Amino acid sequence: MRRSNSLVRDLIGKRDFYAGGLMILLGLAIAIKGTSYRAGTLMHMGPGFMPTALGVILVLIGIAIAAASVSPAEGGSAAEEGILPEHPQWWAWFCILLSPVAFIFFGRYFGMFPGTFACVFIAARGDKNATWLGTFVLATVVTVFGVALFSYFLQVPMPIFTLGGGL
Amino acid sequence: MIGTSLESLWYGFGVALEPHNLMFCFIGVLVGNMVGVLPGMGPLATISILLPLTFGMKPVAAILMLGGVMYGAQYGGAICSILLNLPCHPPHAVTCLDGFPMTKQGRGGVALGLTVFASFVGASWGITEMVFLSPLLVRAALQFGPAEVCSLMLLGLLAGSTLARGSPLKGVAMTVLGLFLGSVGTDLETGSERYTFGMTELDDGIELIAIALGLFGIAEFMNSVNQVAPINTKYTHVTFKDMRPTKADLKRSFFPMWRGTIIGSLCALIPGTGPTIASFVAYATEKKISKHPELFGTGLIEGVVCPEAATHSSVQGDFIPTMSLGIPGDAVMALLLGALMIQGIVPGPQLISQHPDIFWGLVASFWIGNIMLVLLNVPLIGIWVKMLAIPYKFLYPSAMFFVCIGVYAANNDFFQVGEVVVIGAFGYLLLRLGYHPAPILLGFVLGPRFEENFRRAMLISRGDLGVFVERPISAVFVGLCVLLIGSQIYIRMRGSKPPIEPSLQPHGNAAPAISAELRTPAE
Repeated sequence: MRRSNSLVRDLIGKRDFYAGGLMILLGLAIAIKGTSYRAGTLMHMGPGFMPTALGVILVLIGIAIAAASVSPAEGGSAAEEGILPEHPQWWAWFCILLSPVAFIFFGRYFGMFPGTFACVFIAARGDKNATWLGTFVLATVVTVFGVALFSYFLQVPMPIFTLGGGL
Repeated sequence: MIGTSLESLWYGFGVALEPHNLMFCFIGVLVGNMVGVLPGMGPLATISILLPLTFGMKPVAAILMLGGVMYGAQYGGAICSILLNLPCHPPHAVTCLDGFPMTKQGRGGVALGLTVFASFVGASWGITEMVFLSPLLVRAALQFGPAEVCSLMLLGLLAGSTLARGSPLKGVAMTVLGLFLGSVGTDLETGSERYTFGMTELDDGIELIAIALGLFGIAEFMNSVNQVAPINTKYTHVTFKDMRPTKADLKRSFFPMWRGTIIGSLCALIPGTGPTIASFVAYATEKKISKHPELFGTGLIEGVVCPEAATHSSVQGDFIPTMSLGIPGDAVMALLLGALMIQGIVPGPQLISQHPDIFWGLVASFWIGNIMLVLLNVPLIGIWVKMLAIPYKFLYPSAMFFVCIGVYAANNDFFQVGEVVVIGAFGYLLLRLGYHPAPILLGFVLGPRFEENFRRAMLISRGDLGVFVERPISAVFVGLCVLLIGSQIYIRMRGSKPPIEPSLQPHGNAAPAISAELRTPAE
């Protein structure tokens, strides 16, 4: 058992402390924004009643989660994981999140074919063993099949090629 | 009563056997099985990705196909867990315990063969239960007023969040978050906008599919990218011949199969206890009554068939509250219910009488689909096993495309694709903080109906909260809620883990060893 002399240092390593904290922040934001809507009475509830109540409940649960992480009784929790995984994959995460953004951009201004290609290509770059050729081939294959399936077969209304569409 | 049920079932077979319904059911189980086999793709991700394909279909065909995808993915997941020791779906976690050791002994084929058989037995029982219990439940549910519906939903939400994986407190937090997300958009009664921050695209609320694909697609990909060990294909040469069990195997698995089935169907009747709990309880029970419990974890066939039968029996049984009350037991059911709502169908006790084709067609298609799966899985096992070798680096970029186009196709609007990015990033943060995002979906789907019924109950009772305990049926539900919370607190105070967890403890240290073995290259 690891013993720490400062409470603060103890907290920094605790994932549940942040987990509770996040819920407290979210709950507060929800509840504060909720008060700007009409709350009404219990009999005639306004639109703000339920969300505000949910926000308050979330804050309380958040406090309970954070408090449980501080209490010494929970100290023996097995396999305390950090917030970041052992090998953070910033580049891969970035690629995965960028891929839909690229789909939006290329899809809106250039059409489904470029959008799909960009989406798959960028996502595939996230793999640590990705080669340029492999990525290119994968993106091409998925694009051809994907456009065939969604544009011709399922008739998703999105032009295959366009220039400046949506502008 | 029984007569009418059978008559309706006959009608259901008529619906399910219509050629195009039959075709979509087949496509559903085929694709579900295919994607379910792939490591890292569970039923939730599979259904979410395929959901957009059903937008253009008729409701019956859509729900038949999605149902097929779900149990198809369950069958496929078993292959992945037994041969690779990779549970893609939580209920399969216990299947790995004895399934993978069997594979290492070269008896993986037998385990797979009996799993398919056990699954079929479990599913058939679950379906039978559904045929006879649903109409009874509906008859009771039609008496429910808003107060009863409300407290029943509360019970469902609480059970769904506290009995699922991980810390109960965190589960409740996720449910509350889901309820909140369900309230975003135009308020149904007053028409005022909530939490839209001036974005007109949010007026109709957050898209269900964006939530599902963000949480179970993008967040999962971020979690697994570059973390998935290369697949060890050392044990994956299974052919049709290997699947034939010996007479002794059959004899040994007969009773465990039935015990699993019964446990599964009991778990399905308790709201919120889905297949995961059923499989854990089944494994623990089997171990307890066994004459040689110390051999569990070394490759006993009993430890494979019992939880698998329980999983499938409970999965089919879970459809009972989902379809007859409109209250889903877990995230998968919530997603299917959401799919029905997208089709414009209101879930609830009136569903069976208003849309008999959907309900009875679905029941009949379960049987047809399960027979198809047995036929697909037994002779074609070689093909499924080959699919295990598809590397993740090809899988997730292709899936990203399906995520993007699927969310776009929901409304033909790029805004929702943006939603999915935000939800995905947030979902990954939640995962890293130890939250399981599945209850969010449960809360999200039930949220608007919960609020509506709560408001109505308050209006009828003139703002008196006592209505929930004064009406007898509602009081029972509230009592169960209190009991549930009380027992959670009691378990916490005593400092012991819930009874289902110790069953996994002895093997807990074995798991890292196996995964380390998986990481070592095949040569």
